[in-house]
Amino acid sequence: MRSVAVFRIADHKHRLSGSERNTLGKAILQNDIEAEAYNRMLRIRGFEQAVGRLIKEGEVAGACHSSIGQEAAIVGACLALRNDDYMSGTHRSHGHPIGKGADLKPLMAEILGKATGVCKGRGGSMHLTDTSVGSIGESAIVGGGIPLATGAALSAQVRGTDQVALSFFGDGAVNEGAFHESLNMAAIWKLPVIYFCENNRYAAVTPAASTHGQPDVARRADGYGMPGVIVDGQDFDAVYAATVAAVARARRGEGPTLIEAKTYRFDEHCIGLFINGTYRSKDELDHYRAERDPIALFKASLLSRSHSESALGEIEAEVRRLVTEAVTFAKDSPFPEPHEAYEFVYSNPAGFRF
Amino acid sequence: MADITQSITYLDALGRAQREEMARDSSVIIIGEDISLYAAGGAYGDVDRKRIRSAPISENGFAGMAVGAAITGLRPIVDLTIASFVYLASDPIINQAAKLRYMTGGQVRVPVTFRASMWHNQANAAQHSDRPYPMFMNVPGLKIVTPATPSDAKGLLKAAIRDDDPVLVFEDNDLWAVREDVPTDTEFLVPIGKAALRRAGSDVTVVSVAGCLQPSLQAAEALAGDGIAAEVIDLRTLLPLDTDAILNSLGKTGRLVVADYAHRTCGVAAEIAAIVAEEGFDLLKGPIKRVTTPDIPIPFSPPLEKPLYPSSASIAAAARQLL
Repeated sequence: MRSVAVFRIADHKHRLSGSERNTLGKAILQNDIEAEAYNRMLRIRGFEQAVGRLIKEGEVAGACHSSIGQEAAIVGACLALRNDDYMSGTHRSHGHPIGKGADLKPLMAEILGKATGVCKGRGGSMHLTDTSVGSIGESAIVGGGIPLATGAALSAQVRGTDQVALSFFGDGAVNEGAFHESLNMAAIWKLPVIYFCENNRYAAVTPAASTHGQPDVARRADGYGMPGVIVDGQDFDAVYAATVAAVARARRGEGPTLIEAKTYRFDEHCIGLFINGTYRSKDELDHYRAERDPIALFKASLLSRSHSESALGEIEAEVRRLVTEAVTFAKDSPFPEPHEAYEFVYSNPAGFRF
Repeated sequence: MADITQSITYLDALGRAQREEMARDSSVIIIGEDISLYAAGGAYGDVDRKRIRSAPISENGFAGMAVGAAITGLRPIVDLTIASFVYLASDPIINQAAKLRYMTGGQVRVPVTFRASMWHNQANAAQHSDRPYPMFMNVPGLKIVTPATPSDAKGLLKAAIRDDDPVLVFEDNDLWAVREDVPTDTEFLVPIGKAALRRAGSDVTVVSVAGCLQPSLQAAEALAGDGIAAEVIDLRTLLPLDTDAILNSLGKTGRLVVADYAHRTCGVAAEIAAIVAEEGFDLLKGPIKRVTTPDIPIPFSPPLEKPLYPSSASIAAAARQLL
């Protein structure tokens, strides 16, 4: 594996420990992990492309936010976690459960509002929460998932397990009070949590450059007394290694880490969004699509290692099959019955008249 | 066991409820500001200190954390202290706690208790004197209890902690010193969703909300002196509302007064009036009377503040107007 570009920018008090350096140095990906990473990144890409087609076919109600362009950041973070580790996410919610290993079929059915959806049609595109892979909530309230993951980390600490929690959020969320309050509490209580910022440079259509006094989100870590890491979010290896180190630190009981993955969103804020005006240049978009596509970069890297074109082709074929299956399953599934809208409001609904 | 009681205050009853539930169930934790001082005094019993979190002043953050902890195996009690601070925690209460079970299609349950004490008539001005429960009654997914006696303080708080849904417990600060014989049984629970008949009568129903119980009972006593038999219903739970108890009483009396220290517009009394108009109109012998606090911020100066609230005199006067 080539050297990993991980920059630690917090102050000297939070320099890498010997074991962290060791973890980074030895984060040599096994062949099967590399293959799984490629598989999951392709699943996100294929899923999102299928959603785009379904939108054009008029099958999708409501807004969809695509993770295309951010696959390496998502999968690099998720593969550093165990299945029983917790994860919270955002309105851009499709990639997170796929990255964590969720079955595509209930996710796609949820996007179509079907009874077989992972949330039985109560959540939709912005809320693909799949607890079977450790997801505890994909929140469409910006920053809303950050306290949830912090609380899941508190729960693991109180119950004495070695689980960790990872919170995905965007560059926009770091200006919410929930971010500030959560990071401070995680630091004082040394909670096993990883704050993972997918900095795709734009909060909807507002550039981070116009809303962040300090453009590097990870530099804020020092203000909370935790390590901050900036990583190239288009580079799977770099994201994976940085997250492995943060997870190891959390499991050792040493507390939280703030990781900032510099990434890029290839689609609009939401698919089909009409933008009256320009907030990013065509040159910038073309550059990222042509030169900084995380899947193309990873594939080239894999081919330079021990992976053959035919082996990767098999993965690509398998993912195409999984996505097709998911679309078929979703289309063939029934919608929920209107009277079912009254289910799941309470665990114990005794006394309520709806 | 249930008949063994001990005379304790409303505040002691709340403390005992927490202590008993923390001893009973290791998944119960408590988060709030300044609680380390009380923990040092033994307020939470001899439990692992990991379960007692004295938090920084970050209501939004720790309320949201409690939701995250609740969906991953704990039963957090969030002590928000003064009810006006509930607003700072309202995003995780409304957008997360109340909705996550529904939005995940039942994948999670959210067993979290939010405590808030309501301070009023104590010269604390408008930012320490709110009674926010009407706003939260408009949030599907929550349960709300408002204990008005020491026994209910213990039994409802314990029921809230054991409940698998998010429960807001709005406590009346001016009841803290009220003393009553409270069951010592650690399994003593007051069911959520059941009103209590506090005084039977056949002429007029006074539905009392939260701490309005005492002036309501005093009003009934005064009315009895005039030969008017008032029935007093203590709602105890606001979500779910015990509609049957209200309509059953109205079936006996035909006259309804609702007494609540909260502001008037879209309040508990307004909701009850709407329900009765829709479902009990034929039972009514006259208009429904709301005795509430005017829609102005609560002023500081005692001569300005005190006359604003419902009193035994204003509740009794409303009842007399119906007869």
